[in-house]
Amino acid sequence: MRSLLSGNEAVARGAWEAGCRVAAAYPGTPSTEILENITKYPEINAEWSINEKVALEVAAGASFAGARALVAMKHVGLNVAADPFFTMGYSGVTGGLVVVSADDPGMWSSQNEQDNRHYGRHAKVPILEPADSSEAKEFTKLCFEISERFDTPVLLRLTTRICHSSCLVDLGKRKESEVKGYVKDIKKRLVLPAHARALHLVVEERLKRIADYSEVFPFNKIEWGKKTLGIITSGVAYQYAKEVFPDASILKLSLTHPIPEKMIKRFARRVSRIVVVEEGDPILETEIKAMGIRVTGKDKIPLCGELSPEILRASFAKKREKNTPKAKVPPRPPVLCPGCPHRGVFYVFNKLKLVAAGDIGCYTLGALPPLSAMDTCVCMGASVTNAQGMEKALGPKFSRKLVAVLGDSTFFHSGITGLVNAVYNKANLNLVILDNFTTAMTGHQPHPGTGRLARGEQGKRVAPEDIARGCGVELVKVVNPNDLRSTEEALREALDYEGTTVLVFRRPCALLVKPRPPYAIDPEQCNGCRLCLRIGCPAISLIFPGGREKPLALVDESLCVGCGLCVQLCQRNAIILTKVQDA
Amino acid sequence: MRKRNKRTKVENIVICGVGGQGIILASDVLCQMAFLAGYDVKKSEVHGMAQRGGSVITHVRFGNKVYSPLIEKGSCDYMLAFEKLEALRYSEYLKKNTDIIVDNREIPPMSVLVGDAEYPADVEGTLTKSGTLHLIDATKIAMELGNRRVVNIVLLGVLSKFL
Repeated sequence: MRSLLSGNEAVARGAWEAGCRVAAAYPGTPSTEILENITKYPEINAEWSINEKVALEVAAGASFAGARALVAMKHVGLNVAADPFFTMGYSGVTGGLVVVSADDPGMWSSQNEQDNRHYGRHAKVPILEPADSSEAKEFTKLCFEISERFDTPVLLRLTTRICHSSCLVDLGKRKESEVKGYVKDIKKRLVLPAHARALHLVVEERLKRIADYSEVFPFNKIEWGKKTLGIITSGVAYQYAKEVFPDASILKLSLTHPIPEKMIKRFARRVSRIVVVEEGDPILETEIKAMGIRVTGKDKIPLCGELSPEILRASFAKKREKNTPKAKVPPRPPVLCPGCPHRGVFYVFNKLKLVAAGDIGCYTLGALPPLSAMDTCVCMGASVTNAQGMEKALGPKFSRKLVAVLGDSTFFHSGITGLVNAVYNKANLNLVILDNFTTAMTGHQPHPGTGRLARGEQGKRVAPEDIARGCGVELVKVVNPNDLRSTEEALREALDYEGTTVLVFRRPCALLVKPRPPYAIDPEQCNGCRLCLRIGCPAISLIFPGGREKPLALVDESLCVGCGLCVQLCQRNAIILTKVQDA
Repeated sequence: MRKRNKRTKVENIVICGVGGQGIILASDVLCQMAFLAGYDVKKSEVHGMAQRGGSVITHVRFGNKVYSPLIEKGSCDYMLAFEKLEALRYSEYLKKNTDIIVDNREIPPMSVLVGDAEYPADVEGTLTKSGTLHLIDATKIAMELGNRRVVNIVLLGVLSKFL
């Protein structure tokens, strides 16, 4: 049977077919749908972990116990999980262990463009790079086999265009894998220095054996075309190369670490010129050059940004194509949704002219005008600790205008450690947790604060305010962010308080609740003052009707969800309900 | 459905609009159609930060054999635009005879709402220079049908006349 699958769906299917028993992940674009789809297979014990390090360690534990396990994350997630990842390279596996890294060239939804192929080299772990969904499924299965055969975790490296592109995939049946059971082996799994020194030797020897395997790996293959141009490529770049250079000879690498040196040399001898077509850093290019082979690569093809067929074509065009004048189009960046419960909090930040150390999630959009209410965004959890550092540098007076702001899921991911650190070090930290009961940006995955598990079943709820109280925060409050007056009062109280404070602004994500009847503008009352525009709601605009002296606000009733935030701003009661609102 | 073997060329379809309009579902339906008709199909889309009311584009390609999931600029055969400004934004994908199917609808972006930018005048004129414009009151038709969310299916219906 064939089916149209995205790369992420294909990885989930591949894990199932391979007899995978345990899967763990923290959501992150473009990797999220891997675990979401795995939860559809009851044979796999799947969980949303609170962060990537936890997820990888859970999967590693399952592997120790002899079960096939998979862990999925976005590229920056592997930074969080790097610690266990490197050591698992030494420990090796019992049940096959697959680490999926979904990189984001072009940074569609990320804070950097890191190329995680470096991680495989750095941790001395083999890398497989599929070029479409069909290979994504096949390679996931192969990863488990390679993992067990060579006693190593395997890095399955995807990119946005693999994860979120679909193509036809042949579906197979599940082949049950045996759970081998736990057998004590401290020389492998208890990596104190004496054991690790021995393991390092094993790792280096293992890499040589995998390099030999890379020479015969069936998906490292040459497609002969004209010998005047030879292309060496991997991942989605292979598809672009086929599109742009249909006649060239192509060496498609799929097991890209360690590379098959003999195969590359054989290919190089038979073509007159070699171009390495890879997205991101010149990783293959550097290794091939180190073999003494002359190649063209990043001197022509851009290193930054996402690769595409037209960029590849333009890189080798004889004449620079004339730039057709681009139509002038105002940008349409993503915005906080109408009714978003974060909006009121950011409005008050802006009003009180606060410095806000920010974090990663939907709420990062609070940095954009007109709210313009966030100052920093580094990585998951960094709001808490960045704010603490600012106070260290500038003193407690500065911290009276300083907040750290992050979402509920981010708090669980890596905000808690920073909070404990702040309490312990007697910081005047003002932590604002925007609790919308979900991991919204990645498509509404549950987390400990929701009390629901990956398949929607009931888990144990962990409340952020209980954690705050438990670690010694004295001022802890739960506030409704859609009430602007309470929001401002709570913030003022926290800012004036000496010591660490935690405010939990709690209201469910607007996309998860039934909209209330929309508001409308009373044209008799509206004087076009623009106050309501300050909250940056996509449902409110300003029009300039003919025959009217002043502009008029307009509420798009197809977008308004009746949150009532704008009503609290209007000084003239011009924003009214035309339909009866449910209590 | 039977495969029409004569289609040797790959068909390139750009679907664009504003996040939340049902663009990804429209591309899913289109891909399923091409798959059932026996073609090789590829689709590419973006999730996450790229949605949330932001500009959205998906690429759909089908034919006897498709490699790249991305359409090259200047080679789109059909464009399905859920909003006029978004049709203009992705006009680099158009070629001379592209059929541009556009919902006759304007959704001003935040920069226009707060008065920092203006919604471009004469979008139709600019698009007409780039291809064959088919301006459809799709949202209006969907509302008349009783549910504005079916606008994606209305636009797909128009496209089906050309495929």
